[in-house]
Amino acid sequence: MSAKVQPRRQGVSRRGFLQTSAVAGGGLAIGANLAGLSVEALAAGTIHTPNAWVHIADDNTITLISARSEMGQGVYTSMPMLIAEELNVDVKTVKVLIAPPNTKLYGNALLGGPQLTGGSTSVRDGWEKLRIGGAQVREMLLAAAATKWNVDVGSLKADGGVVTGPGGKKATYGQLAAAASKLPVPEKVALKDPADFRIVGKRTKRLDTPAKTNGTAEFGIDVKLPGMVYASLEQCPVIGGTVKGFDAARAKSMPGVIDVVQIPDGVAVVADTYWHAKKAREALVVQWDEGPGAALNDKAMLEGMRSGSAGDKMLPLNPVGDAPAAIKAAGKVVRAEYVMPLLSHSPMEPMNFTASVHDGKVDLIGPTQWQDGAQATVAKALGVKPEDVSVRTTFLGGGFGRRIDIDFIVQAAQISKAVGKPVKLLWTREDDMTHDFYRPQSLHQLAAALGDDGKPTAMTFRMVSQSVTGRVFGLPLEVQDPLMTEAAMAPYEIAATRHEMVKHDAGLRVGYWRSVSHALNAFANESFIDECAAAAGKDPYAYRMSLLTTKPRFANVLRMAAEKSGWGTPAPAGRSRGMALMEGYDTYMAQVAEVSMKDGVPVVHKVTVVADLGRMVNPDTVEAQIQSSVVFGLTAALYGEITLDKGRVEQTNFDRYRIVRMNESPAIDITLVQSTEKPGGIGEPATALIGPAVANAVFAATGKRVRRMPFSAQNIAQA
Amino acid sequence: MGTRFSINGRSVDAKAEADTPLLWVIRDEVGLTGTKFGCGVALCGACTVHLDGVPVRSCQTPLSAVAGRKVTTIESLSRNNTHPLQKAWIAHDVPQCGYCQSGQLMSAAALLEKNKNPSDADIDAAMSGNICRCGTYTRIKAAIKTAAADMRRQA
Repeated sequence: MSAKVQPRRQGVSRRGFLQTSAVAGGGLAIGANLAGLSVEALAAGTIHTPNAWVHIADDNTITLISARSEMGQGVYTSMPMLIAEELNVDVKTVKVLIAPPNTKLYGNALLGGPQLTGGSTSVRDGWEKLRIGGAQVREMLLAAAATKWNVDVGSLKADGGVVTGPGGKKATYGQLAAAASKLPVPEKVALKDPADFRIVGKRTKRLDTPAKTNGTAEFGIDVKLPGMVYASLEQCPVIGGTVKGFDAARAKSMPGVIDVVQIPDGVAVVADTYWHAKKAREALVVQWDEGPGAALNDKAMLEGMRSGSAGDKMLPLNPVGDAPAAIKAAGKVVRAEYVMPLLSHSPMEPMNFTASVHDGKVDLIGPTQWQDGAQATVAKALGVKPEDVSVRTTFLGGGFGRRIDIDFIVQAAQISKAVGKPVKLLWTREDDMTHDFYRPQSLHQLAAALGDDGKPTAMTFRMVSQSVTGRVFGLPLEVQDPLMTEAAMAPYEIAATRHEMVKHDAGLRVGYWRSVSHALNAFANESFIDECAAAAGKDPYAYRMSLLTTKPRFANVLRMAAEKSGWGTPAPAGRSRGMALMEGYDTYMAQVAEVSMKDGVPVVHKVTVVADLGRMVNPDTVEAQIQSSVVFGLTAALYGEITLDKGRVEQTNFDRYRIVRMNESPAIDITLVQSTEKPGGIGEPATALIGPAVANAVFAATGKRVRRMPFSAQNIAQA
Repeated sequence: MGTRFSINGRSVDAKAEADTPLLWVIRDEVGLTGTKFGCGVALCGACTVHLDGVPVRSCQTPLSAVAGRKVTTIESLSRNNTHPLQKAWIAHDVPQCGYCQSGQLMSAAALLEKNKNPSDADIDAAMSGNICRCGTYTRIKAAIKTAAADMRRQA
């Protein structure tokens, strides 16, 4: 997600959001503290909160706040690194707290304000804000020390959690924190010259790794509250269907069952253990009103995208010249159509949340990517005030966009309210896969006129897909969805271009999926430029470079990727190479995939990645995210496809929704460009490039142009 | 009368019905939550534990099958991250979301029990039952080699 969108979700008005923010903002120290620090310590006044980003205890325990959820991407380390750089503390010595909902303090400006983790925005949004936060507290500590010792503040130094002054004067941050917290927060602070960074930009060990190697890291599934019971929810096999009636007699007679309750999304069995709840759920008999979703079929959905429907909305994107006329008049034209299937997110931790509804208040604990969305949506669903809903965020066992949605959190709260006890709701893998918010299908139709030199003189690009932002944020139909246009404009120098983005509602609920439309549009653009090169009889690398004469960052990463991958030299026996290039999230990236064919499908041996993402916070995490994204994108390219029959998702577990495993995982060679440009996002872009790089390698190997994911034997044979 | 078995060297008498998957006995009754639920049908490996030293998927192992036997979980490797695999996992910063890593570590521990010098193919064979959606495979492989070297030095 790269552009600002206004939050408005399922009846939660903009005004509602602002009210929430105002109330929570008024009691900021309390709200921020209650989420993770001991109430006793607060009451005793032994923990101090100079600003929203730093808590310092009298014993010099320093807690830094991450306003973003840790879902594997490393913010539990990178956010504190930015604060610690200016606060001058060693990140190895700090504690980390994931912030409670408070959009005024912790909103994501890059996304237009919600406290949402997504869109590879965390570092870009926090880059300056968090360093300022650290610097403010440093200045407050120095000012407190200057007053205490009656010396000039310029004679003091804050480093390593200690303020030192003339004549051997010394006080820990903890000893100064109480006084510092009473001072006004300085409006202007000096930030370090990046050349002086001691933490940011240095390879730093993740702070969450130790807890993730001995089983102690707390995920949503691990939450336990006193008196907590367990719920398993039967939802309609057709998404959107509702309960007509149900018979719970047998379920209620089963061991451990406490209650069976109906909520809007289905029928929940509540029991003393998860297994009892799940077993009894199997004994439920539910009659469903399946609703209009029962007619859905993925093949018909795709045909509907091709033929169009009355509700479609076409929005042009930056047209230059008259590309359609140029193509009509041209002697040599390349045309191609690309298709992307529905996909599920399938994080390893199935959806779950723990809710405790008591005395008109709601406590929510679990894995979410959107804290204030959870708060506001649950408040609305339960008819309570947002400030009466607390949210504590655990580690997320994967997010990938799925945990931006709040369906399972509302369900947990509704079940808790119905049974009057704290409830942990846990979905099965089958629930998770069949009740996702799927990446929408997309259909791309591209055409280009080639001049006498083989270079494109005009290009048209038509994308048909479903607007996720329309569903999640209520973006009006007539407004361009900035998450549909991602990577739609390829970098290549073409005199006349026309891009048409068509919003088409195919009827299935859709969600943001790692790299969102970058993956859709880059597959079309990067396959197509390869097709143009082939039609022109040119090498794909030389052809691309000839169209990047005024795009130095693109040209640089592509040139480096060609060099690192040995482009232009013979590949190892039986292997072929393909490349892809893109900018996304302010990150410039090129990939080269080295592929052989076996039994009609590609085997990916090696992937060369060159990334220029400007300044980096933790280069080791940057590499980890590239490794992760390549594998995630490769899973989609090789295997990913959700299909629907009579409105039912046909893939229910990892047997039919295959995930790349270690033996299928390629070697990944990563080069990071050293750059002083502003930081780019890195959680997602590599996801979008591996697909076209592999497709282009398949073409090099076989002469077959696979224009449809996944790259199954069938789709390749039909290419 | 429950089902008696040993978990991490401690004897327990589980009350759950005999057909309850071991996973839920470990998590909800014994209270050790390091072992994770991923798929419920032995496809992902997140729930991997050792039964008499052999890696099994606890989501598909009924409680009745462990009566009188020894179960070991992630918590048995070490609480303070001193096992060579845990040290290597930290050295390579393997985990991302971390949810699958208990299962990955238990599969790796079983491999290194038998083979202190595994080849890439040995590692692939031992580890390909464990899905990591974050794609930490290259680091897992590197960390296993580091841990194996560490164990060979100690032997």
